[in-house]
Amino acid sequence: MSEKFLKVEDLKIGARIYPPGEKPRNIDIVHGVSFELEKGKVLGLIGESGAGKSTIGLASMAYGRGGVEITGGKVWVNGREILGTNLKDLRKLRGTEVTYVSQSAAASFNPAKKILEQVIEASLHQGKFSKKEAEARAVELFTKLGLPDPENIGDRYPHQVSGGQLQRCMTALALCPEPDLVVFDEPTTALDVTTQIDVLMAIKEAIRDTGVAALYITHDLAVVAQVSDEIMVLRMGDMVEHGTTDQIINHPVEEYTRDLVSVRSTQHDGKPPTDNPVLTVENVTARYKGTNFDVLHNVTMELHPGQTLAVVGESGSGKSTTARVITGLLPPREGKIHFDGRDLSSDLEGRSREDLRELQMIYQMADVAMNPRQTVGTIIGRPLEFYFGMRGAEKKKRILELLEEIEMGPEFMDRYPAELSGGQKQRVCIARALAAKPKVIICDEVTSALDPLVADGILKLLENLQKIENVAYLFITHDLATVKAIADSIAVMYQGRVVRYGPKADVLAPPFDDYTDLLLSSVPEMRLGWLEEVVQNRKMESAGN
Amino acid sequence: MMRIPPAALIGLFFTGLYFFMAIFAPLIAPYPMTEIVGDVWEPSSAEHWLGTDNIGRDLLSRMIYGGRTTIFIATAATILSFTLGSILGFTAAVVGGWVDQLMSRFVDLIMSIPTLIFALVVLSVMPVTLFMLILVMGLLDSTRVYRLARAVAVDINVMDFVEAAKLRGEGRRWIIFREILPNALSPLVAEMGLRFIFAVLFVSTLSFLGLGVQPPNADWGGIVKENKDGIVYGISAALVPAVAIATLAISVNLVADWVLNRTTSLKGGRG
Amino acid sequence: MHPILKLVAQRLALSILLLLAASVLIFVGTTILPGDVAQSILGQAATPESLANLRKELGMDQPATTRYFNWLFGALQGDLGTALTNGRDIVESLGGRLKNTLFLAFWAAVVAVPLAIFLGLLAVRYRERWPDKLISAVTLASISIPEFLIGYLLMYFVGVKLGWAPTVSTIYDSMSLGEKLSAIALPVTVLTMVVLAHMMRMTRAAILNVMQSAYIETAELKGLTSFQVIARHAFPNAIAPVVNVVMLNLAYLVVGVVVVEVVFVYPGMGQYLVDHVAKRDVPVVQACGLIFAAVYIGLNMVADIVSILANPRLRHPK
Repeated sequence: MSEKFLKVEDLKIGARIYPPGEKPRNIDIVHGVSFELEKGKVLGLIGESGAGKSTIGLASMAYGRGGVEITGGKVWVNGREILGTNLKDLRKLRGTEVTYVSQSAAASFNPAKKILEQVIEASLHQGKFSKKEAEARAVELFTKLGLPDPENIGDRYPHQVSGGQLQRCMTALALCPEPDLVVFDEPTTALDVTTQIDVLMAIKEAIRDTGVAALYITHDLAVVAQVSDEIMVLRMGDMVEHGTTDQIINHPVEEYTRDLVSVRSTQHDGKPPTDNPVLTVENVTARYKGTNFDVLHNVTMELHPGQTLAVVGESGSGKSTTARVITGLLPPREGKIHFDGRDLSSDLEGRSREDLRELQMIYQMADVAMNPRQTVGTIIGRPLEFYFGMRGAEKKKRILELLEEIEMGPEFMDRYPAELSGGQKQRVCIARALAAKPKVIICDEVTSALDPLVADGILKLLENLQKIENVAYLFITHDLATVKAIADSIAVMYQGRVVRYGPKADVLAPPFDDYTDLLLSSVPEMRLGWLEEVVQNRKMESAGN
Repeated sequence: MMRIPPAALIGLFFTGLYFFMAIFAPLIAPYPMTEIVGDVWEPSSAEHWLGTDNIGRDLLSRMIYGGRTTIFIATAATILSFTLGSILGFTAAVVGGWVDQLMSRFVDLIMSIPTLIFALVVLSVMPVTLFMLILVMGLLDSTRVYRLARAVAVDINVMDFVEAAKLRGEGRRWIIFREILPNALSPLVAEMGLRFIFAVLFVSTLSFLGLGVQPPNADWGGIVKENKDGIVYGISAALVPAVAIATLAISVNLVADWVLNRTTSLKGGRG
Repeated sequence: MHPILKLVAQRLALSILLLLAASVLIFVGTTILPGDVAQSILGQAATPESLANLRKELGMDQPATTRYFNWLFGALQGDLGTALTNGRDIVESLGGRLKNTLFLAFWAAVVAVPLAIFLGLLAVRYRERWPDKLISAVTLASISIPEFLIGYLLMYFVGVKLGWAPTVSTIYDSMSLGEKLSAIALPVTVLTMVVLAHMMRMTRAAILNVMQSAYIETAELKGLTSFQVIARHAFPNAIAPVVNVVMLNLAYLVVGVVVVEVVFVYPGMGQYLVDHVAKRDVPVVQACGLIFAAVYIGLNMVADIVSILANPRLRHPK
């Protein structure tokens, strides 16, 4: 059957924005995108932030979020043109024929109502099922999606289930009215990688079993490769390339697509450890003030001069807490920090200016890591002034050198952070850290908030700078692809403990402990059939046990 | 060159006008403040533009001098509440710990009693002088400034750029004045306008109740009180100072609104 | 114990503590400050003997803590002492006036609360269009206009020029409800206008906050009608913030009553308080201060408790 269920023709979308202190103006988000989708097929929409992919997804329900307006083109659903129809007909379409799964299920569920009530609401409202039928269908979906206690989970309130479970409930909500099309908008992006794989598989099986068509929106090409039949690459509101999943992943035509495909494949040859580590974390146990449980247990790791130690783990693993202990923001209950042959005071006040200078930090969110009222010149210049007493021409010369090192021109000196792009902001933060001529830089998820290609650029820059400045990085991340791209040694953390530690080659080579195995195998790979393979392997293992 | 919206222009104009008249009152006022120059409640005429008041003084002159008193008290009280409230608020946010707890709980306590009632309670035993009025108003209002300054500073204090400054080893002075203050300034300046309005309304209310500026001196609230008995006879003299209070307050509000709208949010242009 | 009960109990205890602390503050404000009550009652011309006598009569020869506890325990047993100026029992004089003030505040609330919520909803419905803009302009004006201006404007135009309502709001116990309502028509209107704008704007903000939540989008994408979205999804989550707004404004109303009573010569507690502040009658001022503080603290407490009760995370713990 090749009935064109969804047809989008020359779709144009704009928005009215209200910049503070300026006149409102109209901007274009999507400039003329066309595609078709058959019943039971999945189309992946992929692109970086600002590509317009979510906007296109919602346009298939004739819905514009915030000030977004569909300014041109046509959208047919089940043979009906929907952009011109009135609100009453649209409401019949929404919730029965086309449904939506958002990135944040936690925000998308009404906190004051029980889950089941919300899951079956659309079916009841549209008169598609009786209450009894709808409830039975919901339980069936809960079961299919692998939720625990499917009979009763619907009686809970949204805050009473975990994030991964709620995301599956959201999928149940979308599938309950037996729609013809589901729009999945980054449904697994907010989840930890080990949770993501289960949700991903649940979604994939649900799509297959119910035979719905789906738009799957994500910024992660490896994820979309697992669930889609076709992929459309978008960039700044334009279509770049559209093809079958196999073609896009294995034979990309456009350069931009090729970049996206190869982005995670950077490999870094790990250097062997030296005899004299520059930073040693020794048996650190720590807890937050006013709590009565430890968040770090006996953490030990070493960082060698000019090398990179990646500390990897999921949310709650204690990796960022480790950084806080090293910087002195959280004095440990037990354990010591050695730095370059000396003991570091456990709290910030006890550290000398030299200690502080030699240990710098770069943050995840570059836009809040810089004072918005200071220019780039001031931001980079302050450490020069503060640590080396540089003034005037000497300072300026050094600022320009640093700007050059981060591949930015002298014209940036007088700009404010708000005038920079995400990648540029992070570069300035790197320059600020380098200005102190540190021996160690702690990088806390420095690429996680960036689009893949931009992140790739930052990683390459960091690697080059390491060679030039001979600085060591303690690189905190949840992303294993990043780890492979930059690390010399790796510490895997789980629930406040280091579960695996050593040179990269050893850590990434079998035999694995259970957690590292789970973590490594959960990272989506840029090839078809990866998801099934992993799930198959896991099933066999658990059967073998 | 930035464009000033018309509403803000009107606000700026009237605010400027009132302050100008307050500063140069003796030069502008056609008659002395307390001299009886005519009959009781004369209607407006060429000699007395706004007519005369309840005992025959020139209302316009009394309004000009009264405005001077109102604006002086309100400005002084605003400066007091502002300086005190923002310094304590910033200190509480940056120092934290028990200092913060102690000050914040004390402010909670003061704010648990309505400001007007509290002022009345205190003024029932204190001598009602200009100095005392400014002190009572300034101190009571500083609790609100404290709350705002503390909230703003706490928000900024947890931002990564402040942490970065701490990790760099910067002292408390640098952190307060170079990292926090520049970012807290725009909400605080807008708040300053609101606090000034509040002070104008507050001193007017106290004087209207007979517990503020004492005769023969008068601020605008006092002039309302003096002439209020005329209202039931259809004499509108009391409305003149009341309208002046309202226009001053609205003008300052328009300016404050503009200042607040003009300054962008901390995070810049994301989302 | 259910955690929510614990929270409510905590909030209750906090209010009692706050009221106690406020009583200390009021007492301290009127006795330990440098002003001398006896001096201010008798004036500068008083002889040292008469001053000493009055001080003794007021119990000023005892330590402040003793006086405070005497006062507090008296207040707890319904004895607020006697007025200095006329020697009458304060509770007796206050009773009728408190009733009158509450009567005025009650009718103002009856008019203002539904009106404000309705207009707040209207502002949300027509967001960024003229009804909304009008409402924010009115709010801006109304926080800048002193209560007595609104009072005298109404009195001048509606009362005197048009003669539609009495300009002085005297009420007696023997009046019928209709007569009373007619007498307080103008002060109720003033109070309504004073709190309306604030309440409208805060209601608008509270509801808008809820309407911008992602779950409202979910509801819209289910194809529900606007009414269903509001009734089923926005309303349950908007109750707490709106009740909060109402309570805060009622607390504000209680204070606004003071000025309005003076304007319309209304025999309520505000008028009584202002008279006795001028006469420096400290026991009366303390008593009125305490009652106003109690009402204010009480309303704030109700607002907080409603928020606690309406929070699904607290009502259904994990």
